[in-house]
Amino acid sequence: MERKIRVLVAKPGLDGHDRGAKVIARALRDAGMEVIYTGLRQTPEQIVQAGMQEDVDCIAMSILSGAHNHLFPRVMELLKERKVDDILVIGGGVIPESDIPFLKSAGIAEIFGPGTPTKVTIDFIRANLKRNS
Amino acid sequence: MDDKLKQGLERWNLGIEKSLARFPERRKDFVTGSNAPAERLCTPLDIEGDYSDKLGFPGEYPFTRGVQNSMYRGRFWTMRQYAGFATAEESNKRYKYLLQQGQTGLSVAFDLPTQIGYDSDHPLSRGEVGKVGVAIDSLADMETLFDGIPLDKVSTSMTINAPAPILLAMYIAVGGKQGVPPDKLNGTIQNDILKEYVARGTYIFPPEPSMKLITDIFEYCAKEVPNWNTISISGYHIREAGATAIQEVAFTLADGIAYVDAAIKAGLGVDDFAPRLSFFFNAHNDLLEEVAKYRAARRVWARIMKERFKAESPKSMMLRFHTQTGGSTLTAQQPDNNVVRVTIQALAAVLGGTQSLHTNSRDEALALPSEASVRIALRSQQIIAYESGVAETIDPLAGSYYVEHLTDSIEEGVWKYIRKIDSLGGAVKAIENGYVQQEIQDAAYAYQMDIESGERVVVGLNKFQVEEKAPEGLLRVDPIVGEQQVKKLAELRARRDGAKVKATLAAIDAASRGTENLMPLILDAVCAYATLGEICDVLRGIYGEYQQKVIL
Repeated sequence: MERKIRVLVAKPGLDGHDRGAKVIARALRDAGMEVIYTGLRQTPEQIVQAGMQEDVDCIAMSILSGAHNHLFPRVMELLKERKVDDILVIGGGVIPESDIPFLKSAGIAEIFGPGTPTKVTIDFIRANLKRNS
Repeated sequence: MDDKLKQGLERWNLGIEKSLARFPERRKDFVTGSNAPAERLCTPLDIEGDYSDKLGFPGEYPFTRGVQNSMYRGRFWTMRQYAGFATAEESNKRYKYLLQQGQTGLSVAFDLPTQIGYDSDHPLSRGEVGKVGVAIDSLADMETLFDGIPLDKVSTSMTINAPAPILLAMYIAVGGKQGVPPDKLNGTIQNDILKEYVARGTYIFPPEPSMKLITDIFEYCAKEVPNWNTISISGYHIREAGATAIQEVAFTLADGIAYVDAAIKAGLGVDDFAPRLSFFFNAHNDLLEEVAKYRAARRVWARIMKERFKAESPKSMMLRFHTQTGGSTLTAQQPDNNVVRVTIQALAAVLGGTQSLHTNSRDEALALPSEASVRIALRSQQIIAYESGVAETIDPLAGSYYVEHLTDSIEEGVWKYIRKIDSLGGAVKAIENGYVQQEIQDAAYAYQMDIESGERVVVGLNKFQVEEKAPEGLLRVDPIVGEQQVKKLAELRARRDGAKVKATLAAIDAASRGTENLMPLILDAVCAYATLGEICDVLRGIYGEYQQKVIL
């Protein structure tokens, strides 16, 4: 049987807005993926560790507090330090367009802003996995 | 009269059924913004019960028509824009700007480290300092925040929950330095921990000690700060998390019941603290449903206080509330359209009899609001107040067959949930076992799916889209703010009386092991310039930290 795509939906930092993260988590699950949701207040270290432990194909982070420029690149740094290069990392939330080039240069594959249909994110994950599921 | 009406309605229904066969309606099912059925037509037949019993008069039980007898003919609602970012200096400037523009009360937004009880130099604060609100580490920051703003002349609302006793103590201390005694202070602390567990996320301690801190504040303020609203029981964030209008009111009032229960259990008399309870609701786009929601909320709360808690003072039965327009209804697409949404929502709040109002700015789906956007938001309230005419008469939509019918059906839905939560052992239990969270998440997911299927139209998002350029002129918080705040904090730690800080913290540590009211001790520590993080650390040591129940 084909292995299901495994996704870690993560809430980095102190932000408590988890409506988007939970909606996305459920939509990914309804699309046939295995979803692990971290809950609130995760450090980049915790997120990377959970992603590795759960052997996920994708880490999807949601943040609405404005701390993305600090927390997203930190996750990428830690993955690099641990020589993990086959996990697709994406982000979403209230993130100004002007910050997106910086986040992409840090290795975040895509940023999904407010109003993005869940299908767009689902299709993106399927099309951009770094390993064959 | 009823017979004539019934016959007429029958005749009319037959007629419309016929014409519908040829010209069907726009859709099969019509629903409200919260997915409740929206009737084609309401008539006097849809209104049940007795006018005096259900509506009565403004300022009188059950307060359906409003909590004051003259409502906005006496005085408009308080126009109170939630604001705060970066440092205390920056936020102080924004407050002065807003007051100068005709705002009538302040509303302080704190950054996340402050809300979760970490100082700006804590490792978890990195990247978060000054981002979603102002960073407050100690009384020194609070002195700067209110510099030149006379605390006996303004009322201040502070969105602070888990560390509410500390920020309230700082406010009292700043008042003291300005020569304003505690009994002359006016304002509100949010202080509503239960909705943090289900919808907002800035909890620190587990429910039991959190409820103890809350009742400490009730007791302390009843004696020392009598004009202070000791809690703002909030449906706002519950709604933002995806709840329907009925769920918003039901879960909020269920939380309210839990606070009243806790205070009574702590030995307080209901009429001693209940008059200072206040509420906070959302305003979404379905104008008539929202108006009905506020009216139903007032009626249900009045009955709860009178019948369930045997309150005697009418003030204990009045549901006074603040409203904020719905952040989650704003679109990042075509952001100027948000001005219209906010206007409709603000109108709902005013037609629903709110005591104070925050109107969101058009750019809030993108960033913190710019000064220009905040001004339009405030002007929208002023236009409603001075130009629309809706404030000239009390509860103008009363008697609308549809609005009264909606008010009744929301009330019925709310009672149903309250009975369910009672059967689960009350709000605290219903939150601990995840019931409330699950209900909200289900509604949030259904809403999102309705948008994606096109069943629900959001203008500019899933219909009437245009190609857009990236928005300009957004507010950005300079990342240097974090470093500045850390530096200020280091200087404070060096210059304060370390022994005094230690002694006041030790006193809190000792007292928090028992049942003594902590407010006076927290006030002592704050006055010695103990930091917010230091005080919260002492309490974390005794109380432990809440572990979120993760539900998908």
